[in-house]
Amino acid sequence: MHDQPVSILENPVNPVPTKVPEPREITTEPRLSDRVFRTVVSSGGFISLVVLGLISLFLLYEGLNIFRSEGLSFITSFEWVAESIENGTEASYGIGAMLYGTLVIGFIGLFFGFPLALGAALFLSYYAPEWLKKPMVLVIDIMAAIPSIVFGLWGYFVLMPQAEEWARLINKYLGFIPIFSMPGDFYTRSPFIAGLVLAVMIIPIITSISREVFAQTPLDRIQAAYALGATRWSMIRAVVIPYGKGGVIGGAMLGLGRAIGETVAVYTVLNLVYDIRPEIFLSAGGSVASLIVNKFGEATPPELKALMAAGFVLFIVTLAVNFLANAIINRTARQG
Amino acid sequence: MSTLTDNMPKEPLVPNKLSTPKPIKPWKATPKQLLPDFLGAIVAVVTSLVVVAFSPMAGILGFILTFIVISIITAASISGIRQDRKAAANSVSTMVIYFLAAFVLLPVVSIIFEIIRKGAPGLSFGIFFDDMSVTASDAPLSEGGLLHALVGSLYVVVLATIVSIPIGILTALYLTEVKGRAAGTVRFFVQAMSGVPSIVAGLFIYAVWMISLGGTYTTAAGSLALAILMIPTVARTAEEVLKLIPTDLREAGLALGATQWKTVALVVIPAARSGLITAVILGTARVAGETAPLLLTIGGNDAMNWNPLSGNNSALPFYVWKNFGLGTETGADRAWTGIFVLMVVVMIFFSIARVLGNKKG
Repeated sequence: MHDQPVSILENPVNPVPTKVPEPREITTEPRLSDRVFRTVVSSGGFISLVVLGLISLFLLYEGLNIFRSEGLSFITSFEWVAESIENGTEASYGIGAMLYGTLVIGFIGLFFGFPLALGAALFLSYYAPEWLKKPMVLVIDIMAAIPSIVFGLWGYFVLMPQAEEWARLINKYLGFIPIFSMPGDFYTRSPFIAGLVLAVMIIPIITSISREVFAQTPLDRIQAAYALGATRWSMIRAVVIPYGKGGVIGGAMLGLGRAIGETVAVYTVLNLVYDIRPEIFLSAGGSVASLIVNKFGEATPPELKALMAAGFVLFIVTLAVNFLANAIINRTARQG
Repeated sequence: MSTLTDNMPKEPLVPNKLSTPKPIKPWKATPKQLLPDFLGAIVAVVTSLVVVAFSPMAGILGFILTFIVISIITAASISGIRQDRKAAANSVSTMVIYFLAAFVLLPVVSIIFEIIRKGAPGLSFGIFFDDMSVTASDAPLSEGGLLHALVGSLYVVVLATIVSIPIGILTALYLTEVKGRAAGTVRFFVQAMSGVPSIVAGLFIYAVWMISLGGTYTTAAGSLALAILMIPTVARTAEEVLKLIPTDLREAGLALGATQWKTVALVVIPAARSGLITAVILGTARVAGETAPLLLTIGGNDAMNWNPLSGNNSALPFYVWKNFGLGTETGADRAWTGIFVLMVVVMIFFSIARVLGNKKG
């Protein structure tokens, strides 16, 4: 019936000539609704920036007096004494020992956690049989979802008795090395144990970042390596590691950032001592985040300001570590 | 005609039963090739048992360590003798990676096992219907309960979710739909924000809410601290989800004359709905167990508090923390039971997110 399209103007059914509508003006100018939409979304997008700015601003403002009065010794001094009128002590705040302790447990955590996480990532990417991949990824995801207080209690009740034995063994055979030596018999709540707990906690993030990076390794290079007769290990060494090195290092740094900021789990298994000790098995360690929880409960107003200052330092350190880590990861992800 | 029928094949061209050829894997190792590996494994187990029996390496730990060392040596020597040094290196690395992967699973298994072993005995119906307001801290577990903590957790988590959904999703929309000039910067800062230590979020809210505004411990303050930790998780997951929505859909919407606002609201967001819900639930799972920021903001309570805007409140992680801090036997038992309930809550959120996330479309 409709062999040929019938123009509206020549429509025989409706002979009244219809008016041709004026062509609309074509414009790239966004409508009002779009302008509102974009403004709302953009301002929403900037909230995280604003929050980050506010965090640093408020903590800096609260801690400013402490930074002024303590100067550089806030970072370097080992003393943390609240002002007390009864004892006649003068206030002195320094987080040197705590900063050192934070780095020590962070690196112990990395020392144990990084190889495990890297091994798991390589296993999942290149070794695991297909049926095992999904369940294992699930387990690692569950690991990431376990709250830190659970790690803390597990570390205290389950890991600590074991870890003390391990520490005793290492001390027995390698005690001549200063970091493994032990002046008495105080193996509980040592930096070693806190480091082990942190190692478990940072495994998921390092594993997932490394897996993401490995997944981006160009397939043709992998197949080229196999075609040239490489074993699986030679292929990993020649292709995967060089390609993903940056991303893996970035993942490790993200893990370190988590370890530095971890509070509850560390506080549960670590004995805070305001001193720098080289022995990692000794029941004396430090952690800035734990210091804040430890002192917060009965802090006097000036001491509270000092805790805010400590929080500011912690914030800046973790932010710097995270910035660096993300920059490295993003650069690795972009490369061809 | 007859010639035609003679020329016809006896059997129909298309057989009634399609016989699928069995897939063959010529590269698969035959039992004969696998034999040395089997023998190697047996040798490794036996040798380690012998070594453990006749040396100071006692116990399970000693056996595991010996077994690892011996099995690596065995694997290396088998492939070294049969092939070459490259194959030996490959065997060593394979063994090492298998062991590392196994050790990663060990703590999770141990944690789940301990939570069930230590937490389950304290479970009873009573704990879900009672608080600790009239129960002494050293009373047996049959008295008192954690209803107040459960309700408190519900409050903080729901309030934190309400705050972080709009911010997180707007951030994701900014990164994927508006793609403003600052998108790279915003993405970078959101990444960095997910690394903010939880204690710092608590301190910040304390500095704003208590010191600057002169407020007191409330549920609302706690939920704001949690929202800071939740926003980056929601934003990043939502961004990943929105990225997966095909550009065709957006272009189709725009080509039909819809404004960008209409396209996003009526096409993009409905298409990504289940993914966006996943993003929110993942964020919830992350903050439900946070302890440190709550220690600084909600103050703790042993009784029910239905008002989120005033008065101290408790939460499950807080309940665990407090009872663990008592240092008593019953305190520890209560803490483990609290952890059991907390883990069940977190796992429920986690499973919902998994199921929704795996659903297609």
